[in-house]
Amino acid sequence: MDRSQGRTGGIVSVGASAPATFTGNRALQIEEPLIFEMGQPGRCGVDLPEPPKVKDRLNGLRRTGGIGLPGLSEPQVVQHYTRLSQKNYAIDMGVYPLGSCTMKHNPRLNEKVARFAGIGDLHPLQPVSTVQGALELIDRLAHWLKTLTGMPAVAMSPAAGAHGEMCGMMAIAAALEAKGERARRRIVLAPESAHGTNPATAAALGFTVKPIPANESGRVDLAALKAALGPEVAAIMLTNPNTCGLFESEIVEISEAVHAAGAYFYCDGANFNAIAGRVRPGDLGVDCMHINLHKTFSTPHGGGGPGAGPVVLSAALAPYAPYPWIVKDGDGWTVAEDGAKVDGQPLGRLKAFHGQMGMFTRALAYMMSHGADGLKQASEDAVLSANYVMAALKDVMTPAFDGPCMHEALFDDGFLKDTGVSTLDFAKAMIDEGYHPMTMYFPLVVHGAMLIEPTESQAKEDLDQFIAALRSLAERAKSGTAAEDFKAAPRFAPRRRLDETLAARKPVLRWRPSNSFKQAAE
Amino acid sequence: MRYLPLTDADRREMLSVIGAKSVDELFRDVPQAARLGTKVAGLSDHLGELEVERAFQSYAAKNVSPSVAPFFIGAGAYRHHVPSTVDYMIQRGEFLTSYTPYQPEITQGTLQYLFEFQTQVTMLTDMEVANASMYDGSTGAAEAVLMANRVTRRHKALISGGLHPHYRSIIQTTAHWEGYQAVIGKADVDGLEDLIAGIDKETSCVVVQNPSFFGHVRDFGKLAEACHAAGALLIVAVTEVVSLGLLKPPGEMGADIVVCEGQSIGNGLGFGGPYVGLFATREKYMRQMPGRLCGETVDADGKRGFVLTLSTREQHIRREKATSNICTNAGLCALAFTVHLTLLGEAGFTRLSELNHAKASMLADKLAAVPGLQLVNDSFFNEFTVRLPKPAAPVVEALAAKRILAGVPVSRLLPDDPSVANLLLLAATETATDDGMNALVAGLKEVL
Repeated sequence: MDRSQGRTGGIVSVGASAPATFTGNRALQIEEPLIFEMGQPGRCGVDLPEPPKVKDRLNGLRRTGGIGLPGLSEPQVVQHYTRLSQKNYAIDMGVYPLGSCTMKHNPRLNEKVARFAGIGDLHPLQPVSTVQGALELIDRLAHWLKTLTGMPAVAMSPAAGAHGEMCGMMAIAAALEAKGERARRRIVLAPESAHGTNPATAAALGFTVKPIPANESGRVDLAALKAALGPEVAAIMLTNPNTCGLFESEIVEISEAVHAAGAYFYCDGANFNAIAGRVRPGDLGVDCMHINLHKTFSTPHGGGGPGAGPVVLSAALAPYAPYPWIVKDGDGWTVAEDGAKVDGQPLGRLKAFHGQMGMFTRALAYMMSHGADGLKQASEDAVLSANYVMAALKDVMTPAFDGPCMHEALFDDGFLKDTGVSTLDFAKAMIDEGYHPMTMYFPLVVHGAMLIEPTESQAKEDLDQFIAALRSLAERAKSGTAAEDFKAAPRFAPRRRLDETLAARKPVLRWRPSNSFKQAAE
Repeated sequence: MRYLPLTDADRREMLSVIGAKSVDELFRDVPQAARLGTKVAGLSDHLGELEVERAFQSYAAKNVSPSVAPFFIGAGAYRHHVPSTVDYMIQRGEFLTSYTPYQPEITQGTLQYLFEFQTQVTMLTDMEVANASMYDGSTGAAEAVLMANRVTRRHKALISGGLHPHYRSIIQTTAHWEGYQAVIGKADVDGLEDLIAGIDKETSCVVVQNPSFFGHVRDFGKLAEACHAAGALLIVAVTEVVSLGLLKPPGEMGADIVVCEGQSIGNGLGFGGPYVGLFATREKYMRQMPGRLCGETVDADGKRGFVLTLSTREQHIRREKATSNICTNAGLCALAFTVHLTLLGEAGFTRLSELNHAKASMLADKLAAVPGLQLVNDSFFNEFTVRLPKPAAPVVEALAAKRILAGVPVSRLLPDDPSVANLLLLAATETATDDGMNALVAGLKEVL
């Protein structure tokens, strides 16, 4: 049996049948109550001065009755959240091969500079004369984004990728409106392999989403696309490299066909990490593309956010960029905000203030640390690592497509056929081997999809151990005798498989005194 | 390069396993013309930590931070003291560098704090359910209107003139591009606006803010009744969440959806973001909510655990039929909120709220002594409006030149409304000092 992560062998039958401990804890795995089950009246984790007595100016609307917040001291709070933190897997702990999410190293330097008082402690509505450095910083990041993408303009304010999609698609709607074509062009084309945000965004703006089929090589079927284009089509939304981890080799033909039909090309930039510093989307005929700073440019995912989703725009869409934007004003900087008299027809505003400054700072620190040379190396290493994983696993798992991939290796569940082990079981068994699973069942066009994105951040020896672990699991699955063990995984995680059906059927979305759960230890 | 572990020897070995001669071969699907042989031109090369730090110190040095100046700016972002524990917790790698908790067995840490966060939000707002966060209060407000449109199947939103102008602007933007009508009230400087008369059978929702953008504290109980009588929803926005420690909560006034900017708790000013949007509603509208929801369940051993739930509302499952396109939210900012609020607890949060109201009250009293300056508000929490004898924007600039960050000229946010030119919006939180207030009063006396 292979050894991995310092553990002997693979799945053995412990877990449910392991002897119970008195506390319910298992060494470092500590059962942790909710804060609402811990507090005592009279405890507080902050010391605040006695408020001076003043005349109440609350218009008689003082809150009556308590809020219900628990009282905890500072050490309790530190222990509680530290214990919770130890129930999480994280990039800082090892390979996090979650395809489409670019779980690369998050440098701590970026955290440090974002916390400089002269950057982190600024109010967005201070007089612009007092925030010249902040405006310059945003403009500098804009310069890097425009240069790396080869695009002439960028809208900085979107708060995340999906918000950037909204911004880009609104810009397209605005351009169509200016041409008097918005009422006619109601269709947005998107491959079935698209991220769910693409159809959700297009539908929110009143477009009808029509799928475009893929060819056998996992790419857009150009002939089918051409047939679908016409005077009713507003745009195509295409991820490139696509969600199958492949570069759209006919991308230039696609953009030419889209433009010839009077439509626009929205590129989903979620996978920019494969090409940043090596290929400029502007050279491919893209009209707009959002950039997930929390993917390609390393700002931390933070358990689901915050992110930032600036959108680069072609000359055709730049006039419609939303408020606000930074303007060079003589020797200094100013901000064009709502109502400013400007060239163009801004589509409106998408977010209060100036966008995700904290993410801007981190992303710029990342870019400056890498430089043009390092960014090119990073994307090459990301692509190299994915291809290495693909090559090292192709004899025991089933790659979904032939040929080299970009920064993600996509497998289907062909190798699990007749084993009784599903993609889900396989992924859950990875947890017991000490790894976060890859992205499962996405893209939807590949049966039982497993999308592995190692990123450029893993050393070769760590990739080798990851590969060995997956080989071991694949071989064990194919032995045909281990299905029950796979179905029981994970056994060593803070929790075993959770009942998601129960959660959805009887939603409990908050703690209440009455639904206080009895501890397992009781 | 410090972030890249592969050596040249590793790369050669990996290429040989792949069976490729060069990395460029792996990029063969990229059209040749678009394949840059060299690095992108016009950008600097890699730098060490020291050099990068220096560059950011230089940006920082060109700004005037509130940490070195008397400071009275609010208008949707508030400067509060955040305990050290909060920043320590959110920088723990297990929280900081984890993804959305799609694998609940190994993300119980994130999921449990989201469950705690959702519970805290329902308690503060006095609502029944809350989601796991929105990007911020402003985008949450626009999502609330879209949700009200879905619930009522109507397409006309009535927007109070007391709503933060950025929030209003975002609603107008979504109204235009997503196809519904937003009726905008004129700037409600005096806090006397009557919205009830504007409600009709087409109205999907009325959006108000409490305290209002101009600082007024109002009871929306009657408005809620009028909304419900007409089949419309009442949406209450709160930009200063600390106010909920002292004020009658929106849920008690009959709100159907409450959106708050949560920045004040746990999150610094950060020049406008990232912040955290709180979003709460009634249980009956739960399935129309946007965004992620964390719910309680049990694992295979019967132990309590948490999962993301009701995902059939969301884009990754529902695609074009999703309630929103939101995916990434504000997870880590929600953790900062939850840790800070847990440190405060009932007693601390209430006291913080009292302290803010007292500081603002003291500031209002001190400003009353400035000749020509007139307090607009009868009621306020920690922010109020004053009318100056001349336009506020140049006054604020003149005070900035004296290193006093005096407040927001209302004209910056409502540039097309000449009636607000002389209005200045000022906030005072627990961070305001007597010296700072006295400096402001002295500065105003000089420049007015």
